[in-house]
Amino acid sequence: MIHFVLLISRQGKVRLTKWYSPYAQKERSKVIRELSGHILIRGPKLCNFVEWRGYKVVYRRYASLYFCMCIDANDNELEVLEIIHHFVEILDRYFGSVCELDLIFNFHKAYYILDEVLIAGELQESSKKNVARLVAAQDSLVEAAKEESNSISNIIAQAAK
Amino acid sequence: MEQLKSFGRELAMGSQGGSSKEFLDLVKSIGEARSKSEEDRIILRELETLRRRLSEPDIPRRKMKEYLLRLAYAEMLGHDASFGYIHAVKMAHDDNILLKRTGYLTVALFLDEGHDLIILIVNTIQKDLRSDNYLVVSAALVAVCKLISEETIPAVLPQVVELLGHPKEAVRKKAVMALHRFYQRSPSSVSHLISNFRKRLCDNDPGVMGATLCPLFDLILEDANSYKDLVVSLVGILKQIAEKRLPTTYDYHHMPAPFIQIKLLKILALLGSGDKQASNHMYTVLTEIFRKCDSSSNIGNAIIYECVCCVSSIYPNSKLLDAAIEATSKFLKSESHNLKYMGIDALGRLIRINPDIAEEHQLAVIDCLEDPDDTLKWKTFELLYKMTKSTNVEVIVDRMIDYMINITDSHYKTEIASRCVELAEQFAPSNQWFIQTMNKVFEHAGDLVNPRVAHNLMRLIAEGFGEDDEGADTQLRSSAVDSYLRILGEPKLPSLFLQVICWVLGEYGTADGKYSASYIISKLCDVAEAHSSDDTVKAYAVSAIMKIFAFELAAGRKVEMLPECQTLIDEVSASHSTDLQQRAYEFQALLGLSPQTIENVMPPDASCEDIEIDKSLPFLSNYINQAIENGARPYISESERSGTASTIAVASASQYQHDTSSVHSLKFEAYDLPKPRGPAPSIQSSSMSSLPTISSDLVPVSEATYTTREEQQNPKVQTLADQISAEIGVRLRLDGVQKKWGRQTYSSPSAPSTSSSSSTQKPSNGMVTSETIRENTLDSRKQQIPEVSAEKQRLAASLFGKKAAEKKTQAGTRRPVKEIQPAVATSAPEPLKEDKVIVPAVPPPDLLDLGEPSETATQTIDPFKQLEGLLGPGAGSDVASGPGPSVSAVTTTDLMSLATDMPPIIDSKSSDKGLISSTMTKKGPNVKDALQKDATARQVGVTPTSNNPNLFKDLFG
Repeated sequence: MIHFVLLISRQGKVRLTKWYSPYAQKERSKVIRELSGHILIRGPKLCNFVEWRGYKVVYRRYASLYFCMCIDANDNELEVLEIIHHFVEILDRYFGSVCELDLIFNFHKAYYILDEVLIAGELQESSKKNVARLVAAQDSLVEAAKEESNSISNIIAQAAK
Repeated sequence: MEQLKSFGRELAMGSQGGSSKEFLDLVKSIGEARSKSEEDRIILRELETLRRRLSEPDIPRRKMKEYLLRLAYAEMLGHDASFGYIHAVKMAHDDNILLKRTGYLTVALFLDEGHDLIILIVNTIQKDLRSDNYLVVSAALVAVCKLISEETIPAVLPQVVELLGHPKEAVRKKAVMALHRFYQRSPSSVSHLISNFRKRLCDNDPGVMGATLCPLFDLILEDANSYKDLVVSLVGILKQIAEKRLPTTYDYHHMPAPFIQIKLLKILALLGSGDKQASNHMYTVLTEIFRKCDSSSNIGNAIIYECVCCVSSIYPNSKLLDAAIEATSKFLKSESHNLKYMGIDALGRLIRINPDIAEEHQLAVIDCLEDPDDTLKWKTFELLYKMTKSTNVEVIVDRMIDYMINITDSHYKTEIASRCVELAEQFAPSNQWFIQTMNKVFEHAGDLVNPRVAHNLMRLIAEGFGEDDEGADTQLRSSAVDSYLRILGEPKLPSLFLQVICWVLGEYGTADGKYSASYIISKLCDVAEAHSSDDTVKAYAVSAIMKIFAFELAAGRKVEMLPECQTLIDEVSASHSTDLQQRAYEFQALLGLSPQTIENVMPPDASCEDIEIDKSLPFLSNYINQAIENGARPYISESERSGTASTIAVASASQYQHDTSSVHSLKFEAYDLPKPRGPAPSIQSSSMSSLPTISSDLVPVSEATYTTREEQQNPKVQTLADQISAEIGVRLRLDGVQKKWGRQTYSSPSAPSTSSSSSTQKPSNGMVTSETIRENTLDSRKQQIPEVSAEKQRLAASLFGKKAAEKKTQAGTRRPVKEIQPAVATSAPEPLKEDKVIVPAVPPPDLLDLGEPSETATQTIDPFKQLEGLLGPGAGSDVASGPGPSVSAVTTTDLMSLATDMPPIIDSKSSDKGLISSTMTKKGPNVKDALQKDATARQVGVTPTSNNPNLFKDLFG
């Protein structure tokens, strides 16, 4: 299973973290520090895997952002590499040529998408279309609610005038 | 203008998330932060603001939503936002689905299953699982997966089970995953629901079916036998997927539902393991997948790798094994490090079935071993560890130790140190080598190895070969002493290693007369002085000094008391550690004894002698008789005492008041301790523990505790040590140790490698061709880098056994022949045809002249002769039998040489970069967007380096 997902920028800044196994807050910071030390210094032609504390961390770099997933020793690394790519493709489809900035300002949306891709540390949906549909369904709710609140606030505002 | 644009983008982003200017400013300032400390300062300020805001009354809910997201942001950056958790829990309870979603998201980010607030969220979850809005149910299920702990499972379990039948597949899928999570937390909680998983396997939606494989995998991992009936249906599913019968939305990079395929293969590997019948069902579909998988894409290789794993796990099938071996060799030959890594892993699996496979890939393995990539190197060491034999143990362990010295990560250091020890114990070719290896391991990772290893080492030195060759034993010991005296000069030796050194110096330092007693003693004093804070090392040192004194005195020689030794003893006898004190007093007492007594107390080199304990203690009989005559009660053995106490309590009560008192009060137990004193006085054999009884006036320390302590640290006093350590549970693993180091290990080499050479002559056609192909490519590779290969070849030979080296040199000598073969193949048919033309043309001249035929005969033979020289003896014999077969032989080799050219072409395609670009090119470029993003990125300060914009554009554009 996937124990956690980390998105780290090339400068070591954390962009997204999701923990599927329990880690205390202190432990989390330590893990991130340790792993960014291991991963960010690796050259471009090396393996996309790092063995770490008996686990394996699979990472993939997109522009300046590193997507890392920590998995068990007996998991299939290549598969996880593709799970990362699967996630990135979905993000890309959602944001429209996604960039780091999208993830920074909309990190909660990235979380919602991640929740549709992975659950409890396993890949739950391998169809991009299904994920997109679900996320869109959630977003339509948001839009509806926003319109509603807008109209209400408009009414109130006008009434107040 | 530029600024305005980026501001617009920023605003648009802000409005998307509904975040306020404040939040955007926060993110921006974080982006601009130059250092971690600056970032921390900003976040701390932000948290302070949030704390203040949250304590205000009547916060509008929309504002609250944003605050929570800001808290999540702070938490993500590693700060504690626990003061806001309760607000997240409250928000999850909100009726508005938008807010509820945010609430659930933040709760799942903030809390773990063990948190106190979980109990508050369970109610909300229960309510939401019943909601008729499937999005609410989904959000609740995501939270269930993260938050429900073993204790709270019963609260939501019935509802989650009900949701397995929900009309929306998204909900069914999440319900399955939630149950999977429950199973992981507490297997018993869902044990009655296993039939539900089986049912979901037949779900109409492939997503749900795929999700069901996760819990099934766990269940089958636990107990494969109860699920054997699933093999046929799982194979059926896999077949359907491979035949692309699933909706195309599940395709990923042109592979049909690869993630589900991989999961299925994992399950099949479990089900088919050691089960011929189950495996039989799988062969066809596995062959199919091997055939269909596209090895140029990453995901294709992921499936191929999983297939190899599956093939190596199920009941072996030679055809599939060949396919797996081929796939593995493709991985190993690839340029991509990822594939090499997978190849090494796959090879590790395959050699469990057939250890000879590794030999074909020796050069690739050595390449990986010397690769700068640490991950790959580590993986390769893992492989070497798996394929270690008595023939190659020296090379492998040496390599491992070299590697161990160079790494700093303590986790891996421990791991590799323990592997070195394990291999050395198992395959050591000689004791000398074993000791040297252990020294190295101790020297560089002594604090990380198990103390058991140290005891084994001392034991080995003490016991030697355990056979009749006393001379070799002495030699071994003196070489150990030599090496230890040398090593003592090194700074910073680990404590455990020093203990071993002290012990060996004490036992054998003066045994061969090479070093004087005072020299050894001064060395030991140095050790004790240099490690004055380590009581254990000091204790070993003091005991060692005492032994040397004892041996010398017993031999009738006089030993002068060195001043530093005297200081040490004085210091130790005033130590806070009672153990050290005791040793010092023992030492002083020993000095006052006569040589005879000393020899009895401390016989030289007797650490392995069994202690004979005469339980009747005859030497006390005089004393006892006297006591009985004086009116003392006779002794009743313990068993008699307890027997009577339990059966006829009354009788015993009247007879032995003293004993029965033990039944009623605890008092007796307090005085019971000295019982072990019984066996101790057998002076003859026990060398150290007997001391106190002799000089009991000097040492009024509780003896029982002393002996346990002593023997725990020192495997000297065997019988007692066995008894006591068995009670404590730190028993040394003494049984079976000796035979590992026995000489037998010497005499069993090369058996596996001979079988390897026979495998090359396997009649199976595919096998032979694939091997020769590999040989060819290896050879051609060797040619490319001849100067490196010489060294590597040596390494390969030592790693993979002598036979392999011979095979290689054979291949090497055969190589020129092979290279010429293709050339022959192209040219050969022509002369042969000429011959054929000539042969029918011969008869007419035959009629005309008798001299002619002989001439034509020599002409016809000539090309064969040439061929013979080129093809070597084998081909020559072929030629002798007639021209037909030789032609066919030549053409087949030609085909093979063609085949060898194939793999590299495929490999070059499969490089990582190519994959991304090829899959990404279909995305429409969005230059405008990207430019805007770039500008914003710079403005916001996300990217300090301007020449490399933080855009995915370069990948997706």
